Amino acid sequence: MKNCEYQQIDPQALPIPTPTPPAQHNGSDKREEPRRARRKWEVFPGKNRFYCDGRIIVARQSGVLPLTLGLILVTSGLFFIFDCPFLVKHLTSCIPVIGGGLFVFVVITLLQTSFSDPGILPRATPDEAADIEKQIDNTGNTSYRPPPRTKEVLINQQVVKLKYCFTCKMFRPPRTSHCSLCDNCVERFDHHCPWVGNCVGKRNYRFFYTFIVSLSFLTAFIFGCVTTHLALRAQGGKGLVFALQESPGSAVELVICFFSVWSILGLSGFHTYLVASNLTTNEDIKGSWSGKSGEDVTNPYSHKNIFINCCTMLCGPMPPSLIDRRGFLPTDESVQTASTDIELSTLAAKNEINVVGGSSQLVYGLQESPSPVPAPPNSYQNSSSA
Amino acid sequence: MAETHSLQDMRQQAAVAAKVFIQRDYTNGTVCQFQTKFPSELETRIDKQQFEETVRTLNNLYAEAEKLGSQSYIEGCLACLTAYTVFLCMETHYEKVLKKIAKYIQEQNDKIYTPRGLLLTDPIERGLRVVEVTIFEDRSLTR
Repeated sequence: MKNCEYQQIDPQALPIPTPTPPAQHNGSDKREEPRRARRKWEVFPGKNRFYCDGRIIVARQSGVLPLTLGLILVTSGLFFIFDCPFLVKHLTSCIPVIGGGLFVFVVITLLQTSFSDPGILPRATPDEAADIEKQIDNTGNTSYRPPPRTKEVLINQQVVKLKYCFTCKMFRPPRTSHCSLCDNCVERFDHHCPWVGNCVGKRNYRFFYTFIVSLSFLTAFIFGCVTTHLALRAQGGKGLVFALQESPGSAVELVICFFSVWSILGLSGFHTYLVASNLTTNEDIKGSWSGKSGEDVTNPYSHKNIFINCCTMLCGPMPPSLIDRRGFLPTDESVQTASTDIELSTLAAKNEINVVGGSSQLVYGLQESPSPVPAPPNSYQNSSSA
Repeated sequence: MAETHSLQDMRQQAAVAAKVFIQRDYTNGTVCQFQTKFPSELETRIDKQQFEETVRTLNNLYAEAEKLGSQSYIEGCLACLTAYTVFLCMETHYEKVLKKIAKYIQEQNDKIYTPRGLLLTDPIERGLRVVEVTIFEDRSLTR
């Protein structure tokens, strides 16, 4: 867990909305003013980066996504250039069609996994956070819980502990975890995947699963085709070396596919098991439902039926994004604006400006912050500075 | 439009006395449900039955959005076959129900809550964590 000292919220410092001149309806369009209306992604407190005016969201470090994409493109490119012509002539023309289809599928699902919101939970507003605080303080300490605040709930007759997130200032819903790389709470957090450069959570798990399954098919398919190609070329006593000399690209493909097919197949198998038992990687690693502590624990989220579990994960309804990246910030003196301004100051304090456009945007933001904000921003200094 | 105008007037004239947060109810898992327990701060403002009815209807609407029925399976399978590109052009079932919920909350605010000096905030604006009920000071507002 990061260095998260808890900061007491001072209810007196809560911003009180001042009566405004005829304000527009919450969430309406830009006002015709010299001040440019900003979108919510520009003041997003997490460590994400946004492109295309908030349409695309990625983690702060893209990890090895360029490598993943590069490997896929290079291997497939070599396949189409070196192997397909020979195989079409000697076998069937279905091969490039199947290969092409798989390739397109893989790239699309990879980009969707990388660029979509994994299920980020927006942080609690100051009012909500103060409300939770009040409840915690007023409750008599009846249990033997140590300071890390937890709340127990009963889910399908199973006791589940909900942890309090100091960064987001709320009790995390079940199966939610705070990703330290992205500095967000992500619903149904599976893991942070460096290969796709994003967290894998509730909203993009199906893209991720489809990606690794189709990638294993693609890798196996290319591996099989390259082996067949080389075997056909080496026929008639010509030898493997001759075949490799004639088609050097195939050698590269062979090496890449040979080393990656095992790990990708293994990963697909592992995630198929997770999907069938409605588990997340996080839960599996921690052994949350395996009964390690000796208690009789079962997974309360599983439907106890492999088919239903699979259908729920892969074909269930697509949850919406909760962070509303492209919504406009209300420009009137409402509590929301005040909290956003506080978040802006917090962003400045963090010295990490992850908005595309860098510091110029932040300077612009600070210059235009409306003056009569009563609360001193210091009371909301985000405790988890990097 | 008349109702929205009075809503804005109210916001201008009245100060926020308090905010009550209806938390999520996780007894059935991670589906979006809110607790129907009536908060004590609202006792003087609104009838318990009415409030519980509002929350129960909201819960039903969210259950409908997340329902694992044949429609959602067809949508999911079709999406899977097209590498999920349909999500870029089509509005999902969930989004359609969210619009219904927004309309319902607007309606409830206009009919029941605003005349009593209360305001419901759509949970989607709070990340589906809470139903925020803003209590305005009871100054010149008629009950």
